[in-house]
Amino acid sequence: MSCRTSPEVGGMGHAIKRKEDLRFLQGKGNYVDDVVLPDMLYGHMVRSPYAHARLKGVNTEKAKELPGVVAVITGEDLAKANLAWMPTLFFDKQMVLATGKVLFQSQEVAFVVAEDPYVAADAAELVEVDYEELPVLVDPHKSLDPDAPILREDREQKSNHIFHWEVGDRATTDRVLADSEVKASVHTVFQRCHPAPLETCGCVADFNRATGRLTIYLTSQAPHAHRTLFAIVGGIPENNIRVISPDIGGGFGNKVPIYPGYVCAVVASLTTGRPVKWIETRSENLQSTGFARDYHMTAEMSATADGRIKALRVKTLADHGAFNAAAQPTKFPAGLFSICTGAYDYPNAFCEVDGVYTNKAPGGIAYRCSFRVTEAAYLIERAVDVLAQELKMDPAELRMKNFIAPDKFPYQSPLGWSYDSGNYAAAMKMALDAIGYDELRKEQAEKRKRGELMGIGISSFVEIVGAGPAHTFDIAGIKMFDSCEIRVHPTGKAICRMGTKSQGQGHETTYAQIVAEELGIPAADVTVEEGDTDTAPYGLGTYASRSTPVSGAATAMAARKIREKGKKIAAHLLECAEEDLEWEPGKFFVKGAPSKSKSIQDIAFAAYTNMPQGMEAGLEAVDYYDPPNLTFPFGTYICVVDIDKGTGEVKVRRFVAVDDCGNIINPMIVEGQIHGGLTEGFAIAFMQSIDYDESGNVQGGNFMDYLLPTAVETPKWETGKTCTPSPHHPFGAKGVGESPNVGSPAAFVNAVVDALSHLGVKHIDMPIAPWKVWTILKEKGVVN
Amino acid sequence: MAAKQLVHIKVNGREREAMVEPRMLLVHLIRSFPGLTGTHIGCDTSHCGACTVVLNGKTVKSCTMFAVQADGGELLTVEGLMKDGALHPLQEGFKQEHGLQCGYCTPGMLMSSYALLEKNPSPSEEEIRWGISGNLCRCTGYQNIVKAVQFAAAKLAEGEKHELSHVS
Repeated sequence: MSCRTSPEVGGMGHAIKRKEDLRFLQGKGNYVDDVVLPDMLYGHMVRSPYAHARLKGVNTEKAKELPGVVAVITGEDLAKANLAWMPTLFFDKQMVLATGKVLFQSQEVAFVVAEDPYVAADAAELVEVDYEELPVLVDPHKSLDPDAPILREDREQKSNHIFHWEVGDRATTDRVLADSEVKASVHTVFQRCHPAPLETCGCVADFNRATGRLTIYLTSQAPHAHRTLFAIVGGIPENNIRVISPDIGGGFGNKVPIYPGYVCAVVASLTTGRPVKWIETRSENLQSTGFARDYHMTAEMSATADGRIKALRVKTLADHGAFNAAAQPTKFPAGLFSICTGAYDYPNAFCEVDGVYTNKAPGGIAYRCSFRVTEAAYLIERAVDVLAQELKMDPAELRMKNFIAPDKFPYQSPLGWSYDSGNYAAAMKMALDAIGYDELRKEQAEKRKRGELMGIGISSFVEIVGAGPAHTFDIAGIKMFDSCEIRVHPTGKAICRMGTKSQGQGHETTYAQIVAEELGIPAADVTVEEGDTDTAPYGLGTYASRSTPVSGAATAMAARKIREKGKKIAAHLLECAEEDLEWEPGKFFVKGAPSKSKSIQDIAFAAYTNMPQGMEAGLEAVDYYDPPNLTFPFGTYICVVDIDKGTGEVKVRRFVAVDDCGNIINPMIVEGQIHGGLTEGFAIAFMQSIDYDESGNVQGGNFMDYLLPTAVETPKWETGKTCTPSPHHPFGAKGVGESPNVGSPAAFVNAVVDALSHLGVKHIDMPIAPWKVWTILKEKGVVN
Repeated sequence: MAAKQLVHIKVNGREREAMVEPRMLLVHLIRSFPGLTGTHIGCDTSHCGACTVVLNGKTVKSCTMFAVQADGGELLTVEGLMKDGALHPLQEGFKQEHGLQCGYCTPGMLMSSYALLEKNPSPSEEEIRWGISGNLCRCTGYQNIVKAVQFAAAKLAEGEKHELSHVS
């Protein structure tokens, strides 16, 4: 896409440097833990060491006696205010502080409030809790066994079953699969992992008894929705709640839910009349807040002998932990998992998901992912590779043969989605060329002769992002539109306020670029503000790659409303009819007489100083955008690995990522998002896993056990792009932040399996640690 | 509670003192000084490096030291990197090369990179990757951080040449 504005204006397509960087580089960011208020207290959570236990008693006397302790809150205390439980974002409820029993290790049991964080931690040690251990349920496959302990005694339904969800044509799909010429199946576990943003979750709750207002500084990806939920759950008038989400140190879905610590801090501030800060430790973050995935999936595929895919059947067991605290749109208990038919054109599919409880941390959040899209993309891209193996066909050829053709868009998928646009073969061809695919296959064949292990893995993913539309999508009943308000000041500078909230995505720059594109006001002259519910228009927040598709669209629409008004003012200033005016970024001019023009700055000044008679003063607009459809970014990723036979270590030699996210606002930021997402995908494929032992003890509960890649392990990323604009988005964008995390895990795993495929290996579950590979090599007799 | 002790430290050239409990972590002391919240906390196990500062010329993870251990020391934090109102070449490099996203790891990354370049003014890519391997970043994938450090190394080398030519 060529740029319509100059680099100085910095509209769409310019790789301008980020406006937000200066404060971060000087250590002047303002994160929640940096908020210090006069007379502030500190909260510390007492947590359960057991995964399942009867709570016989909580004795807070000794803790309360410690000098400096102001309050100790228990579940029984909260129950008196009807706050011991809170709703989750998916029609379940969750204990704020335990009453009756605890259901996972590190569950919240009591909340200590003290003058000093060290004293609060000391006092937490003095809270005496009497537990009686109960049988622990860790394996979701045993959740529905007749002898499984019933975890949720609070529910009417005496079962660990949460939901059954299915979509597609079961009968036809079953029939086509039964008649398959070639059939492939894969059973895979997308392991439980955690987004682990570098900043943990936390808040400062500040109830002012004099004004009756409650201000909550919150690590929130969705401050407006959180304000509404605090109002509904806490019974506080919504106008008396102000949520401020300041700088956020990464979110990746972790900061979408409301956590017990937030509620406790609010309760403590309401009862003490003083500000209360609660900041999680890293282990609390990993052990108790929103985990992701834990999908146990089986895919079966049918194809003709020459490699035409005919059908897909998917059966999945979803482990939601102790409470279904997934953040999903209401109609979609398994999120957008039904995108699992992928980039391929076939008519028959059926998908079913069952959700169950276990004695693990609650969640099921969308980790850098649009509601279970990562699980879906991983499953289909794994299944296609297994099918290629069954067919003895090159996986690139199989994909090319089955891609949805460019002229079939908008494409109706067999599970009900309408893909907006795509050219999958073009992206794949670019990736194949960039990596030198044919040469690599030759090299692999030669290496195999020498007994060396090298693999090439492909993933051609399709995403589904940017929820709404509002008629189909809501979170806890609130429709998934999003918003932008633009005010142009008399001197032609502007402020933009948004319903979304950046956690590092660079919104202060990219939204300003949209305004620059639409109005010609230089991006440098546009301030973007998010996260203060007192000032910003209502919106659902930033997750599911929805900021550009929804709030970005709202920004363009609000700017266009301003342009409409600007046209009337320009006509007034130029003493001509509106129809005689033409627009180019930054000015209106008279058709055929380009020297007769008025810049957007002239127009802004006139909007306050010389408006036409009868016109309201000012130049501002707000837009609440309801997208007509989702957007469908896609791409092809290719990974090359070498395996050390002696250690089982996998070395990623090269990784080429070709992405298509439609029209791009800032290519530098898009590339940065891709680097980051690929690194998280790499981490998931090889390192990140939250495991539990049979007693329900968390095995990945701190950064010693939950492995994250450093600069040394992380591969170098090679990126490329094709551009297929979204036909329904105001400027053709699709969103990109999650694509690399959605698309890459399959590329890594496919590469490792490919390296071992001649040994008969068809699948390895993530994370692919060296010991797993080494064990396979030993079993196959490759090493002694 | 043990008796509080007086700690003197020089932070970014300015003398500071505070009465602290012996168990107080250095990072908590640093963050308690007004305007010095740039040093962050990201884990409890010394893995993430968000709290990295330079103490007496060496990087330390300030969450893994008691404040009393820094008594009499000289500290450089992210707030001390700018000189005469101008960004340090590392800060400039991070901006030019898009070496930061959420900004949370950035102060620690900058301090580790600073100490690396003090020791090794022209590091190879591998040396840079090892040099920042005590710092986790969840956003950038490190690639642009490596470029940012290379940018700074080149700029610092250029500045030195410039200074030398002034002297001669």
